Amino acid sequence: MSIWALSLQFLCTGLTIGSIYALIALGFTIIYNASGVVNFAQGEFVMLGALLAVTLTAHGVPLVPALVVSVALVTLLGCLLERGFIRPLAGRPVITPIIVTIGASITLRGVSMLAWGKDALPLAPLPGPPTVALGSAVLQFQSVWVLGISLVAMVCLRLFFDRTLTGRAMRANAANREGALLVGINPGRMVMLSFMFSAAIGALAGALIAPITLASYEMGTMLGLKGFSAAILGGLGSSPGAILGGLLLGVLESFAAGFISSGYKDAVAFVVLLLVLFLRPTGLLGARKLGGL
Amino acid sequence: MGARARYGFVVAAVLVAVLPLLLSNGYYQSVLVFIGINAIVALGLNLLMGYAGQISLGHAAFHAMGAYASGILTATYHVNPWLAMACSVVFASAVALVVGVPTLKLSGHYLAIATLGVGMIVSIVLVQWVSLTGGTSGLTDIPTLSVAGFPLNSDLRYYYLVWGVCLLLTLLSINLVNSRFGRALRAIHVSEVAAATCGVNVARLKLQVFVLSAAYAGLAGSLYAHYVHFISPERRFGFPFSIEAVVMVVLGGLGNIWGSLLGSGTVTALGEFLRQFGDYDVAAFGLILMLAMIFLPQGISGGLARITLRRRPAPTPAAPPQEVAHR
Repeated sequence: MSIWALSLQFLCTGLTIGSIYALIALGFTIIYNASGVVNFAQGEFVMLGALLAVTLTAHGVPLVPALVVSVALVTLLGCLLERGFIRPLAGRPVITPIIVTIGASITLRGVSMLAWGKDALPLAPLPGPPTVALGSAVLQFQSVWVLGISLVAMVCLRLFFDRTLTGRAMRANAANREGALLVGINPGRMVMLSFMFSAAIGALAGALIAPITLASYEMGTMLGLKGFSAAILGGLGSSPGAILGGLLLGVLESFAAGFISSGYKDAVAFVVLLLVLFLRPTGLLGARKLGGL
Repeated sequence: MGARARYGFVVAAVLVAVLPLLLSNGYYQSVLVFIGINAIVALGLNLLMGYAGQISLGHAAFHAMGAYASGILTATYHVNPWLAMACSVVFASAVALVVGVPTLKLSGHYLAIATLGVGMIVSIVLVQWVSLTGGTSGLTDIPTLSVAGFPLNSDLRYYYLVWGVCLLLTLLSINLVNSRFGRALRAIHVSEVAAATCGVNVARLKLQVFVLSAAYAGLAGSLYAHYVHFISPERRFGFPFSIEAVVMVVLGGLGNIWGSLLGSGTVTALGEFLRQFGDYDVAAFGLILMLAMIFLPQGISGGLARITLRRRPAPTPAAPPQEVAHR
């Protein structure tokens, strides 16, 4: 294969995994904007989305309803997590809810290990031919679904935040909590909604990528941390930044795995993370002003 | 160091001296050694988190650097273990310096993110750089420490070394936070701007504390390597241990030196205790962590203080807050 053909191949696989990172990064961004909390349980939402879809399809539920139900269940979990464990901490220093999300992440991982075991489980891909050729690159057809559905999800989120009253209230709350409170926006409710949205897109990401990578109780840790790196790369707090950061990270990682070493592939995200912090701490599309986080 | 602190330190020293004689079982003694090693990591991290107000999510990396520098120098290159230990502390501190210089200039929690990145990179390198670190199979044959020909080859002997070091570092930490340096630290924790206007070099001070905390973690890593004689990337040198260290500090009580010892004791003993439940231990640990954060806002040390204060006669009510005149 020529270097160009290889590059096209790596670009396509990179964009596939990158759009998953982008969805996870968006989850971080939404919660961070609403509450200032970095939600370390984000990766566990992804893992649960994948594993619940595996279980539902194994019990004979058709694939598409299984995806919808697993996303709905994880959304409910996000709501319960906020209601039960984050809301009681209102007024505490921000490190406290962050450590609680770490605790939630450990708990969910532990429970999932008990429920699903330690083996990686397969999930059927969405319908279509097994592979698709794109010029000289050959992709699993699931990649097309991943890219397409991620794109639709991002557009829907954009429309929600721009066009609906609830979405605008969430943005107002993110921009200025006191100001939003003055015009009658309930900040607690906005934080709850942000956890539900993050859980939903996290679960969606997990259910989409599972047919390619398999699903296991420990998949969430690395995906979560890479999604977080993507959010920093784009500029934490910026939604377009999260998407750009995710795609860029996926592509970089794919090229590094192909041209340098697959063993060090996972390190790429974190080397990029350090470079961003050292050279441009605001991220690619972040606010000019530093501070806050 | 005030009279009360000196009294507390003497009590702790006696307790440390007597405890292993009461628990003569080798297993308990080895758990106590691990508590001491973890306490050293927690003490350093507490200076960073509780006093400088910065978070490190990658202290396992400095711990690993200490352990692997010691392990590689002694097992592969047959350097004197004490010299190797000194090198490992210098190495961990130097890496912290490189990470800290650019990130601590920024206000906010950029250090947390940078250390997270460093922690992940180090744990990946430990697995991948097989020729140096032994990869997943790890490093073996790390020699025993000895003092003037007296080998520290039993749990009990090593216990006294580790806890001796731990008490010394506790003393150092207590003196540090009560010095001019410590007051400046607390000032930047409350308000960086206010501290800076009083002439505190905020970035420099944060950097010094961060490097010191990495040195503690590196020293603990070296002590660990010479105790177990075998190190591998699993468990202790990855993200989970970084989190465990943060949990020890927060659970013990942020900004409470003795709390770090309590926190590491609780977390380490809890981990050992939960082991008997097999695979249920991970979930139980996570749940306990969440509940502790919710119900013990000041950590264990704060909780204990609240209980003991309740028994004493009610303190005289504080003067009502003065109205602040806004001009």
